[in-house]
Amino acid sequence: MAEIVVPIGPQHPALKEPVNFRVIADGETIVRLELDISYNHRGIEKAAETRDFVHAVPLLERICGICSHSHTTAFVQGIEEAMRVRVPPRARYIRTAVAELERLHSHLLWLGVAAHEIGFNTLFMWTWRDREVVQDLLEAISGNRVNYGVNEVGGVRVDVPERVVARAMKDLSFLGRRIERYGTLVREEPTTLVRFRGVGRLTPDAALALGTVGPTARASGVPYDVRKDDPYAAYDDIPFRVVTQTAGDVFARTLVRIGEMAESVGIVRRSLLDLPGGPLKVTSPRVAPRAEILSRYEAPRGELVHFIRTNNTDKVERLDVRTPTLANWTSVVSSLRGHPLADLPVVVAAIDPCLSCTSRIAIARPDGTGTTSMTWDELRDHGKRYYRATEGL
Amino acid sequence: MDPLGIVAYGLLFPGLVFLIGYALFFEFVDRKLAARFQSRVGPPLLQPFADLVKLLSKEDVDTEGSDATAIRAILILAFAAVATAFLYVPVLGPSPLAFQGDLVVVLYLFTLPTILLFLLGWLSRNVFGTIGGTRALTQLFIYEVPLFLVLLGPAIAAQSWSLSGIAEAQRASGWAVVAQPIGFLVALIGLQAKLERAPFDLPEADTELVAGPWTELTGRKLAMMRLTMDLALVVGSGLVAALFLGGPSVPWVVEPAWLAAAAGFAAFLGKTLGILVVLATIRSAMGRIRMDQLDAFGWTVLTGAGILQIGLVLVLGGGGGG
Repeated sequence: MAEIVVPIGPQHPALKEPVNFRVIADGETIVRLELDISYNHRGIEKAAETRDFVHAVPLLERICGICSHSHTTAFVQGIEEAMRVRVPPRARYIRTAVAELERLHSHLLWLGVAAHEIGFNTLFMWTWRDREVVQDLLEAISGNRVNYGVNEVGGVRVDVPERVVARAMKDLSFLGRRIERYGTLVREEPTTLVRFRGVGRLTPDAALALGTVGPTARASGVPYDVRKDDPYAAYDDIPFRVVTQTAGDVFARTLVRIGEMAESVGIVRRSLLDLPGGPLKVTSPRVAPRAEILSRYEAPRGELVHFIRTNNTDKVERLDVRTPTLANWTSVVSSLRGHPLADLPVVVAAIDPCLSCTSRIAIARPDGTGTTSMTWDELRDHGKRYYRATEGL
Repeated sequence: MDPLGIVAYGLLFPGLVFLIGYALFFEFVDRKLAARFQSRVGPPLLQPFADLVKLLSKEDVDTEGSDATAIRAILILAFAAVATAFLYVPVLGPSPLAFQGDLVVVLYLFTLPTILLFLLGWLSRNVFGTIGGTRALTQLFIYEVPLFLVLLGPAIAAQSWSLSGIAEAQRASGWAVVAQPIGFLVALIGLQAKLERAPFDLPEADTELVAGPWTELTGRKLAMMRLTMDLALVVGSGLVAALFLGGPSVPWVVEPAWLAAAAGFAAFLGKTLGILVVLATIRSAMGRIRMDQLDAFGWTVLTGAGILQIGLVLVLGGGGGG
């Protein structure tokens, strides 16, 4: 059969976010893959540079709907480091509890999406129903289900009273049981086994060479976890296990995420039961001294990096966000070559891509003949013109 | 039966009108069951009917450069093939149109929609349609052999090539499923593959191919194709019920004739719904397998089991107690 081009995206049922694959296939076998992730540039980094630290936090919370707490924690921890502010222990524990609840709902969401990609909609509905429990718990803690608004520079904005702790214990034991059930389900159900095992395999060497992070790397036997390797918040006080697998396929990534969920339940339980007393925050200075900080954080999808440069003002001079999806993309392109077309959705989903946080920019030609990207110089010129016109800089 | 009776049988009850109504009810049961398995609420009773009416009233779009006439003809042909096949499926008792060999006609008519679906995908000039259509045809070559093999088992046992005759024969000899359990299982799996339901929904795998051959169908065309698939679900269940579960025949003699027809009808409803419950459970309990996996499974396990069953029937002289 001749080579055919199958367009997957930017609007496609398998992908809920804008990404475009041009799949060059020989019959049903993928020969080559061209990846275009530039559909959704929102200019959040630049916008954060025009706001002071207080106003930048809610903005950064909206980089991603799933990892909202991840982005604010990475940012405020960087600013706190620049200001040399020590966060009170109670705040560190609450940050940890919310972070792990976020990991729980993110991984439950992922498990559902992965099941949906292979047409197993019952598992999809089940995991998303259980995810509601996590989100309701987050609502009980913070008042919000998606953008919790927990963090601020110097501490947290919400307390976790005894009543909520008691409720959380009940919800957590329910979630623990469900997660155990999903663990046995994916290990025993024949279709998940045949569709996940040996699919999208990434060797440990390739995982390192391509710079993968998070569950994608850990499923290939790379035991890299910022929570262990560079502990922040309360992670050095709370015992937990870094879950790894060696197979490197979609099945291994599933097992890693299910294992991490079980660990997360333990971490949330520990951090809420051991919640130290004391204040929720310390008063932080308005300005940060000149500094360059690389703030690292283990988001549900992997290592999230915020590069922050401060310059004796109340604003960041430069903020650069490197999301884990960007680090993992290249592994998808390389691990799909030679696979049947049917494996594409699940292999793409296996890195848990989150695209709107990752995207850069594309220019659509007005006559509809296609899109191009901007070169670096064009982008700089455009930026200068834009800020001269709108901000009078 | 007088000519007017035949027309009424074909068009009203239990022909076309009943078939469409029952098919929509089937879709409701199928969707409701799936929803309950997935801890959702599910649709109300008339939802499939409302969906049909809504789709019929929508704008009808033809793809640029596609052969609109051919696509319309394909849809009508597919619908007609399935609706005609139902005439030979015993519902109240033996079908008045039954003849020796109608089993072959029904199987032939039942295969048509799949081939037409391939043509539909091919003609829609859409890459997803083309791949989906090719998959439908590839899949056909995999499940068709074991499915037809095991469907012939009860025919051999009953020494009859008429669906009604096979169903009637089981009145005396007992259900064929007792003597041919392997055949019954293969038939259910083959039927699931035939109807392109999970785990065999490869041709329309939404996360890979959008909707496969269905991608470019809108409005009336989509309504027609959906209705055809609903009809196929009824016909398929009726076929398996007649061949393996004795169809409308009940083991004891019922008098008078109208009561016998009512009992037969009740048996038909019960048996087809029972088959639907099994099919819906399979659909909810699994994901979708890949073509290479289906190929291996179909040609080794399914065909192997089918040949074994037919061999047993031939050696043991028919099964079904006969």
